[in-house]
Amino acid sequence: SARLQVIQSTTPTKRICIVGAGPAGFYAAQLILKQLDNCVVDVVEKLPVPFGLVRFGVAPDHPEVKNVINTFTKTAEHPRLRYFGNISLGTDVSLRELRDRYHAVLLTYGADQDRQLELENEQLDNVISARKFVAWYNGLPGAENLAPDLSGRDVTIVGQGNVAVDVARMLLSPLDALKTTDTTEYALEALSCSQVERVHLVGRRGPLQAAFTIKELREMLKLPNVDTRWRTEDFSGIDMQLDKLQRPRKRLTELMLKSLKEQGRISGSKQFLPIFLRAPKAIAPGEMEFSVTELQQEAAVPTSSTERLPSHLILRSIGYKSSCVDTGINFDTRRGRVHNINGRILKDDATGEVDPGLYVAGWLGTGPTGVIVTTMNGAFAVAKTICDDINTNALDTSSVKPGYDADGKRVVTWDGWQRINDFESAAGKAKGKPREKIVSIEEMLRVAGV
Amino acid sequence: STGLALKTKDVVNITFVRANGDKIKTSGKVGDSLLDVVVNNNVDLDGFGACEGTLTCSTCHLIFKTSDFEKLPDKPGDEELDMLDLAYELTDTSRLGCQITLSKDMEGLEVHVPSTINDARAA
Ligand SMILES: Cc1cc2nc3c(=O)[nH]c(=O)nc-3n(C[C@H](O)[C@H](O)[C@H](O)COP(=O)(O)OP(=O)(O)OC[C@H]3O[C@@H](n4cnc5c(N)ncnc54)[C@H](O)[C@@H]3O)c2cc1C
Ligand code: FES
Repeated sequence: SARLQVIQSTTPTKRICIVGAGPAGFYAAQLILKQLDNCVVDVVEKLPVPFGLVRFGVAPDHPEVKNVINTFTKTAEHPRLRYFGNISLGTDVSLRELRDRYHAVLLTYGADQDRQLELENEQLDNVISARKFVAWYNGLPGAENLAPDLSGRDVTIVGQGNVAVDVARMLLSPLDALKTTDTTEYALEALSCSQVERVHLVGRRGPLQAAFTIKELREMLKLPNVDTRWRTEDFSGIDMQLDKLQRPRKRLTELMLKSLKEQGRISGSKQFLPIFLRAPKAIAPGEMEFSVTELQQEAAVPTSSTERLPSHLILRSIGYKSSCVDTGINFDTRRGRVHNINGRILKDDATGEVDPGLYVAGWLGTGPTGVIVTTMNGAFAVAKTICDDINTNALDTSSVKPGYDADGKRVVTWDGWQRINDFESAAGKAKGKPREKIVSIEEMLRVAGV
Repeated sequence: STGLALKTKDVVNITFVRANGDKIKTSGKVGDSLLDVVVNNNVDLDGFGACEGTLTCSTCHLIFKTSDFEKLPDKPGDEELDMLDLAYELTDTSRLGCQITLSKDMEGLEVHVPSTINDARAA
C-alpha cells in the first residue's frame, strides 16, 4: 500500500466544478461521477435550495414530473460530490477563481430572463411575463410580491408553448385541485379571489405549428368546468393536410380537430380560447391589438388587418433567455446563451477556437427549449465530452487543484438542504400539501442552520 | 422443492440491446414492468425511467420486434402514445417500458434501447 500511496500522490484528484444545481447540473454530475475515477465534483448553486426549474418552473399540479428529484438526491449523496448552496457565480465567486481552483468548470446556470415583445406600453402594470407569474406561484425568492391583477374577466397569454399552457391551466383550474399541490399559500389566496373567466392563448402561426404538446392539450380539454373553444376559421383546410404529417404532429392536430367538432356541447363557466395567426401589435389599457397573419412557408407574416382582444391582464410567454453573470463568459447577447460547440465554450466564436476546461450544458448552452429529458440527453453528452477530454489528456489534469474554499461565506450544504426539505414537508403535511415552500432566503438559511 | 420450481417458473428472461449492439441479459418476475426489471437489476442505462413510471417522461422508451409488439396483450392508451410522441427515434413498434407487464410468454424477449445520447449530440 506504500506503492499505492505513491501512485495516488502522482495523480492528483481531478476537480470539476458545476455551476447551477438544476437538471443539467445534476445529470452531468451523475455521469461524470460514474465515468471518471479519482474525481471530485463540486456543485455551486446560487440559491440555498437545489433543483432549479424542477422546483421553480414545473407546474405544482404535475408532481410526477418532479420525481427526477429522487435521482438528483442520490447523485448529491455520492461521497465524491459536494454541494455549495447559496453561492452565486458572479457575486460570491468569480469565474476566474473557479477556473484556477478546478481542472474543469461546467456552467449550467440556466435561463432566468425572458424575451420581450418590444411594444410600447409593455412596462404597464397589467403586462407581466409568464416567467414571473410562474416564479410567483412556485415561490421563487423575490417573486412573492408580484401581485398579479386577477380582478378582470379576460387574460391574454401571448405565446402557445407549454409554459403558456401551464399558466392557462393554473388560472382556470378549480382551486380545490391546486390546494393539495405545493402552490405557495399566498398564490392560492390570490387565486381564490380571481375573477378570471376567459384565457386567450394567442399564437402567431397556425394549428399545424402549435407549440404546445399533446399531453398538455389533453389536460386542458379535461379540466372540469372549462370549455375549450377553437375558431373554426383557423382550421380551414387543415384536415386535408393530416395525411402528410408525422405521427406526433398528426395526433396533436387530430385532437384539436376532434375538440373543435365537439365544442359547444358542454359549457363550463370558464373558457380556454386558443387563437392562431395573430401577431402582437399594440398594448392599450384593457386590451391588446394583434395583426392578422398569413403563413408563408412556415413563417407568420402580418397583414394589414388587425383584431383587438379584451385583456385585463397580459402575460408574455414567448421564451426565456439566459444572462451573462461574469465578464469571463463568452456570451451571445443576441441569442441569450453561451457561445459553444457541443458544450465546449468558445474562446473565439469567429475561429471556433475552444477555451480548454470550460464547458456549458442545459438551457444556458442550448437555449431555453425542450423538456427535462432533452436537457438530460444534452447534459449526458457534454459530461461525456468532459470525461473524454480528461481521459485523452486534451485537458491537462496533472497539477494539483485545491477546489472551492467557502472561507467564511454562508454555505448551505446538502445536510442543510435536507433540513429545509424536512421543514417544508412538515409544514406542507399540516395543510395536506406535499410541501409548503419557504420563500425567504433568510428563512431558508435559518432553517438550514447557517 | 415445489416452492423453488414455482419460483423459476415465474422468472422471465429479458435481453436489452443497446444501440451499439451490446446485449444486457437479465430477468424479471411475472407481473413486473420492464421498468422494474431495469431498476431491480441495476441495468446500466443512464437516465432510464426518470419519472419512475408515472407516464410523464418517455425515458423508458423501448423498441420491440414487430412480432413481439403484436403479441403484447394491451395496446398503448392515449396517455402512453402522448408521451411516446416526445420520444427520440420513435418507431411503429415503440412502447414505454413502464407500461409493459411481464407475462410468462415473454420468455426470451429482446428489446432495443434507443441511442438517446448520440441523438442529443447530433441535434
Ligand atoms: C415554467 C416551466 C415549466 C416546465 N415544465 C416542465 C415539465 O412539466 N416537464 C419537463 O420535462 N420540463 C419542463 N420544463 C423544462 C425544464 O424545466 C428544463 O428543461 C430544465 O429545468 C433546464 O435545466 P437547466 O439545468 O438547464 O436549468 P435550470 O433548471 O434553470 O437550473 C439552473 C440552476 O442554476 C442556478 N443559478 C442561476 N444563476 C446562478 C449563478 N449565478 N450561480 C450559481 N447558480 C446559478 C439556478 O438557481 C438553478 O438552480 C419547464 C420549464 C419551465 C420554464
Ligand atoms: S418511466 Fe417515465 S414514462 Fe415510463
